[in-house]
Amino acid sequence: MRFAVLLKWVPDLVEDLEVDDEGTGVDTEDLKFKLNEFDDHALEQALLLAGEGDEVVALTLEGDGAEKMLCTAIAKGASRGIRLTGSSSLDTAGLADSFSQALGADTYDLILTGVQSVDDRDGQLGPVLAARMGLPCVSVVSEVGLEGSTAMVAKEYSGGMVAEFEVDLPAVLGIQAASEAPRYAPVSRVRQVQQTVDLEEFAVSGTGASSGSSITGMAQPESGGGAKMLTGLDELVEVLNGLGVT
Amino acid sequence: MAGVLVVCEHLSGGFADITFEMLGLASSLQVGEVSAVAFGSMADRSGELGAASTVISAGCSDDFNPEEYAAAAKSAVETTSPDLVLVASTSMGYDIANPLAATLGIPLIAYCTGIEPEEGAFVCTSSLYGGKMGVTSTVPGPAVVMMLSGAHNADDGRIEGSPGVSDLGAVDTPGRVRFKQLIEPDQGDVDITQSGVLVAIGRGIGGKDDIEVAEELADLLDADMACSRPLVDAGWMPKSRQVGKSGMRVKPSLYIALGISGAPEHIEGMKDSATIIAINSDENAPIFDVADYGMAEDLFDVCEELIEELE
Repeated sequence: MRFAVLLKWVPDLVEDLEVDDEGTGVDTEDLKFKLNEFDDHALEQALLLAGEGDEVVALTLEGDGAEKMLCTAIAKGASRGIRLTGSSSLDTAGLADSFSQALGADTYDLILTGVQSVDDRDGQLGPVLAARMGLPCVSVVSEVGLEGSTAMVAKEYSGGMVAEFEVDLPAVLGIQAASEAPRYAPVSRVRQVQQTVDLEEFAVSGTGASSGSSITGMAQPESGGGAKMLTGLDELVEVLNGLGVT
Repeated sequence: MAGVLVVCEHLSGGFADITFEMLGLASSLQVGEVSAVAFGSMADRSGELGAASTVISAGCSDDFNPEEYAAAAKSAVETTSPDLVLVASTSMGYDIANPLAATLGIPLIAYCTGIEPEEGAFVCTSSLYGGKMGVTSTVPGPAVVMMLSGAHNADDGRIEGSPGVSDLGAVDTPGRVRFKQLIEPDQGDVDITQSGVLVAIGRGIGGKDDIEVAEELADLLDADMACSRPLVDAGWMPKSRQVGKSGMRVKPSLYIALGISGAPEHIEGMKDSATIIAINSDENAPIFDVADYGMAEDLFDVCEELIEELE
């Protein structure tokens, strides 16, 4: 069985975000990026599902972070890493177009990606990709089991409700959480992969895919809009006393 | 026909609040007739959808099915040719809106909190980057827009009436996705939806061993522990304690958020708490927008001092 995992490099929200000079994007100059956390769960889920003789292939767009993401995936147990070159569009429509080309060059039983990312303004990658490839898709998945040519998946709803679906393979899954917390790859192991493994490349041909909309403005919501800011413990204790909980 | 089509969401035998939030919004936009597509037997309850002038009855199973519901929504769009399609930004909505826009070849805007019509186009504000940025997009109609729940008042769209019902007929799908069963949440040892006071921890707690401080504080306040999603995913807290979109919706008299940044997914589950106190070292954290009281300080310093004071 062959699994594909799609990875995306996104701003680390621990950092302070600022609007760029044009006023339509995030200023990325000194911004730290990281692997989309849901993609990390998608990778973990694929690694947990893969058995003897199975293959887990990690794919991402070339650029900052690509080598680190792919080598880390291999250090964790992925079989191969493919870097997509020649793609210019980073919105969901463009990503779906690029990934569908690369995935179409081989056969995959299950394609996993994070349920969403912090910047997917024009839609979630999993279901958009599935529609483009004509595959079934379930999003917000937190459990996956394989039974022959089908997958049993748990999809989370609001209020802690979960629905179970049986899905014919090949299929695309938008992973909310892997059944186990994502494993850690020691830096030394990642370095070793960087020195010994050749990452593959796939050239994407001219993509005309577009989100069909443009960003016309970006702003940080007013901070502390609603909250009365307290300074010092005394004020906090006063509030708690007032609420009668102390 | 122009106008707005609202894709209704239902769960547990009733329309979800977001359905009425979208209906209220659709009416307020004044861009033509409002229609609503309801699935399965929910279409029999068209009287609850009085904010719409037409209800499209999609012959689907009552249980959500990604393939079936997306196909039905597409068929409803083809029947009504709306300028704007509103879909909930929810688990079900993800599997309806995306294939809908992709197969129709029309634009989609996600995580939307507000829409303004402008010369045949729609100016949409989306909450991105974990709620840290408001992003404005201009999109020409027809377009699909996914609405975040809680951005509008559900009561504005909760209007009784007798809209015309138009039958879409059965939906034909390849049947590659099959619904098996719905599993109710495991309440765990404590049902946090019933708690009076909650001490909720987020990513800012740092590590698993650091949870102890919050537990000690919860003990002293006679509170139950709750958390945001990442702590459950990391295996540090049980799922039954998770507050937010895919977890529990809580409304305690007091919700103390420790090291929670306030992503829209979390806020959805706790914004109805009577009083919210947020402690987070990042003064720009969006949690301060919904909190009644905030402290932009290190949560461990505050907790330790408070524990000492309470003891």
